[in-house]
Amino acid sequence: MSLQLLWLVPILPLLGALLNGLGAGRLPRKVVSAIGVGSVGAALVIALGCFATLLGMPGEERFFAQTLFSWIDSGDLSVAVRLGLDPLSAVMMLVVTGVGFLIHVYSTGYMNHEKDYGRYFSYLNLFTFCMLMLVLADNFLVMFFGWEGVGLCSYLLIGFWYTKPSAAEAGKKAFIVNRIGDWGFLIGIFLLFVTFGSLDFGRVFTEAPSILPLGGGMATAIALFLFVGATGKSAQIPLYTWLPDAMEGPTPVSALIHAATMVTAGVYMIARCHVLYALAPTALLVVAVVGAATAVYAATIGLVQKDIKRVLAYSTVSQLGYMFLAMGVSAFAAGIFHLMTHAFFKALLFLGAGSVIHALSGEQDMDRMGGLKKHLPRTHATMLIATLAIAGIFPFAGFFSKDEILWKAFSNGGPILWAAGVIGAFLTAFYMFRLYFMTFHGSERLTPEAKGHLHESPNSMTIPLMLLAVLSLIGGLIQVPLLQGGQRLDAFLEPVFADLARVGGAAAHGAAAAAGHGAAHAAHDPGQEIALMLVSLAIALAGIYVAHRFYVKDPQAPHRLAARARGWYDLLWNKYWVDEIYDARIVQPIVRLSNRLWKDVDAAVVDGAVNGIGRKIEQGAGWLRLAQTGYVQLYALILTVGLVVVFGYLALR
Amino acid sequence: MTFPFPVDASLSLIEPLLIVCGVGILLLLLDLVLPHGQKHLTAWVALGGLGWALIRTLAQWGLSERGYAGMVSLDNLSTLFNVVFLCSTAIVVLLSMAFLKREEVEHAEYHALLLFATSGMMMLASGLDLITLFLGIEVLSISLYILAGYRRNSDASNEAAMKYFLLGAFASGILLYGIALVYGATGTTSLHRIGEAIAGVGAPVPEGLIYAGMSLILVGLAFKVAAVPFHMWTPDVYQGAPTPITAFLSAGPKAAAFAAFLRVFFIAFGPAQAEWDMVLGVIAVLTMTVGNIAAIAQTNVKRMLAYSSIAHSGYVLIGLVSGGLVGGTGAVFYLMAYVAMNLGAFGIVVLLESKADRGEELKDYAGIGFKYPLIGALLSLFMLSLSGIPPTVGFVGKLYLFGTAVQTGHVWLAVFGVLNSAISVFYYLRLLVLMYMRESQETLPAIRIPLAMAVVLTVAAVGTLWPGLFPNTWFHAAQESVRSIFS
Repeated sequence: MSLQLLWLVPILPLLGALLNGLGAGRLPRKVVSAIGVGSVGAALVIALGCFATLLGMPGEERFFAQTLFSWIDSGDLSVAVRLGLDPLSAVMMLVVTGVGFLIHVYSTGYMNHEKDYGRYFSYLNLFTFCMLMLVLADNFLVMFFGWEGVGLCSYLLIGFWYTKPSAAEAGKKAFIVNRIGDWGFLIGIFLLFVTFGSLDFGRVFTEAPSILPLGGGMATAIALFLFVGATGKSAQIPLYTWLPDAMEGPTPVSALIHAATMVTAGVYMIARCHVLYALAPTALLVVAVVGAATAVYAATIGLVQKDIKRVLAYSTVSQLGYMFLAMGVSAFAAGIFHLMTHAFFKALLFLGAGSVIHALSGEQDMDRMGGLKKHLPRTHATMLIATLAIAGIFPFAGFFSKDEILWKAFSNGGPILWAAGVIGAFLTAFYMFRLYFMTFHGSERLTPEAKGHLHESPNSMTIPLMLLAVLSLIGGLIQVPLLQGGQRLDAFLEPVFADLARVGGAAAHGAAAAAGHGAAHAAHDPGQEIALMLVSLAIALAGIYVAHRFYVKDPQAPHRLAARARGWYDLLWNKYWVDEIYDARIVQPIVRLSNRLWKDVDAAVVDGAVNGIGRKIEQGAGWLRLAQTGYVQLYALILTVGLVVVFGYLALR
Repeated sequence: MTFPFPVDASLSLIEPLLIVCGVGILLLLLDLVLPHGQKHLTAWVALGGLGWALIRTLAQWGLSERGYAGMVSLDNLSTLFNVVFLCSTAIVVLLSMAFLKREEVEHAEYHALLLFATSGMMMLASGLDLITLFLGIEVLSISLYILAGYRRNSDASNEAAMKYFLLGAFASGILLYGIALVYGATGTTSLHRIGEAIAGVGAPVPEGLIYAGMSLILVGLAFKVAAVPFHMWTPDVYQGAPTPITAFLSAGPKAAAFAAFLRVFFIAFGPAQAEWDMVLGVIAVLTMTVGNIAAIAQTNVKRMLAYSSIAHSGYVLIGLVSGGLVGGTGAVFYLMAYVAMNLGAFGIVVLLESKADRGEELKDYAGIGFKYPLIGALLSLFMLSLSGIPPTVGFVGKLYLFGTAVQTGHVWLAVFGVLNSAISVFYYLRLLVLMYMRESQETLPAIRIPLAMAVVLTVAAVGTLWPGLFPNTWFHAAQESVRSIFS
């Protein structure tokens, strides 16, 4: 297929969004589904065609750019809306269209009872368009356009059930926390522009090694500001609080946006800017530490949550932490690999959870589930595969990708980062099997009404589950360690990351050197890699064993433990009180300041003057009285004080 | 026939201004002959005059002349701003139609005053002399004082006018005093001469006097653009004035004051930029921050937009502080963007409010997104643009502004600017949340969008979206206009 068709990949979902948006409420459901699913399906077909063409080209020539139109052309700043296809964006494009397509199909079943069916698909298509613009962008500004666009769609979809106040609040929270991250991203973009005079990926990344000194202040500043943006979008410490709340949205949305695609944008951005990060070892270290800390921290919260979607949400935050850990130890390909496998099994987990929730007529509390294995056979089987995959059990997809990250964390980053990863792996295996056992095994704790409606989901929902299960099962095989020629994804992405060589050896070992783990530079040692692999496998199995003990063999054990370690339990259950701390320390002070700014100075006017202080007085007297209320004089006084300050500054400087 | 004017007084230099003034006077005369109940026809006459002036103005693009003893300049800056003024006044005339009818206050002087105010703005944008600038400000301000109090039987409107007048007069006094001091120090009121005197051409000038004059002029102009701490009048006046007048206040007059700001601080005080750079930078940060934070606490839409308007003045000031061609261009581009999106937002407010200030509270917006999908979509567009989300013009404008700040070494201004636009999302978004995510408390009546309003909203929506996607035309216009003051 000709690569000239690339532009259709993002444009088709946009067309779908427009059609469904304009026809919302008027088009029949069948037509809405056809437009919504069909547009993304067609985009997937074209994306696959482009991918095949790309594969047919020699390795180092695998790059294609297509200019749609010139966006900004103003002397200093020249930006075109340009799409760029290289192996990295190709992988992302396939994940977005592939997983996106399956979730669109699933949505036709899940949202079937929904009144605003057309609006839903319009938003979902719009999201797909923005996400594709983000990954296919060939310069920072178009990427930022997609970045903001997915944020907006995420906001619209989280708040989709707008009649629920918590949903509306969650949408707003997501958008605002993201904007804080975007602040960093924008500053990073400005610094890039000042340094390079251009925002094109090609120019910035080619010139970076010659313009920015290795480890210099500017490189570090740019990398760190961009990372602030990534922490917002990808829900890392300290900006992760919005993601668990985002679970208020419909479950397919959680699967698509808050697990498989949008939240991985930060990881993709860092992989895209790997040259800049290679030039800033300090920033890389920060990325690695934040990633590792988030991986463990979010996993601990996931241990005790009772809402099935919230467990998955914290799990997503934790898995994203793994991806950032990979970025931080310069294992960019490994991070992208995990991004891909995670998209498969986490989308599957969410969709499976959705199927459970759907079957139980909206129940999300795992305390009121249990024993669903025999009622939902397909959901159960696919969920089990996904749970094994995320726990990192051989030969499921998650085993290969997580293991590669842990190995790279050990060899490039040192034992501390590796240990954090392993602890996270144990916690992951435990809380995921806790979820699995509580949902599908043990006694049935269903509410009577949920029991009455209990039914396996329709084919439109279970077939995407099965396809994702296949991907979660075999998706890891494109990157088999230790085998000659086994690392096909590495080989495919190799041309993208080849320019790291120009930054020098510092890139590969930068994080390690900065961390002071010189000893970790060990040459590639297959024996060591196998040993570590066995350790992490054993750890994961241990996690599963403990979960089995707690939730199948002896269901009273968790209660006893919670009672014994009350303080710890409360700390985790309340998510370390971070939301409350943010509210008390950041949100409330701003609100207070805002109130004070206008209440002390001009609010009196609202209560008094503008609403008619002179209502009972005659007009003329009213005017006079106004002039004497003090407000006008107060304003004039402030004006005068301002004048004195300005003059004083100019006179005294 | 020849006119007994000085040699360099060519009427064609100020032709659009004369048209606007002439039609304004014509409207006053028409008022005498039009029977009661036919007064709304004056709106069409006003529109005709504005259209005629606009055509003549567009023909002047690219011309560069000075006249009237160097006091008036016809250059691309004045031409571009004249286009902005004429368009925004025309939009305000259109969106006033339904309002005047609803409030039963259709009088010809309303349109005459709008035109006189516009002529004042035009004088302001083409003044090359402190005296011309002052004249422009006074013509503009006096018309605005009256317009703010146009609804004679409304207490809020009267009080707004009174406050505006008292404080405006105070600010004018300060400005005039500044002009006097600068004249005393340099012996001239011509912007170019003052610039030369400060740059050290000719006899040395007393520095203290210059600084005193400069700070007084700065405060006078800062008052007009509603910069903190000289912004106190804005929320009261914006809330109390009739809504179309609030829209008018936030568009043309603000742009005009910034045009004067540009000329005075780039030409006359340009050589002393190192001195005022910091002052204006701090004012810019204060203006953005106070505007945005105070807007969060508002419950009245007009008042919220007033604080939003203050915040936007702060953004534009970043362009002035950045200075030079790039900074000026960023400021002018942003002003154009702001006028388009803000008039759109006010258009919706006018449309949704009903008699006697009902429908102005934030809670009145609950649920309207679904009741009126088109209105909801448009207001969302304007709000997203005001908060600077791509692909709207608000985003491109902010990008330019903050970009020039970084480029000229004012990174701290860009940092504050971006932080502020993050804060601003909170209150712009709240309106969206209300529109789409809350049920209305009462049943909403059906709304019919009058033709005039449809034109306004279409123009504003195109002006918000189109230059966001294809900003080059606007950008080159802004760049050429700023370039013309340096030549």
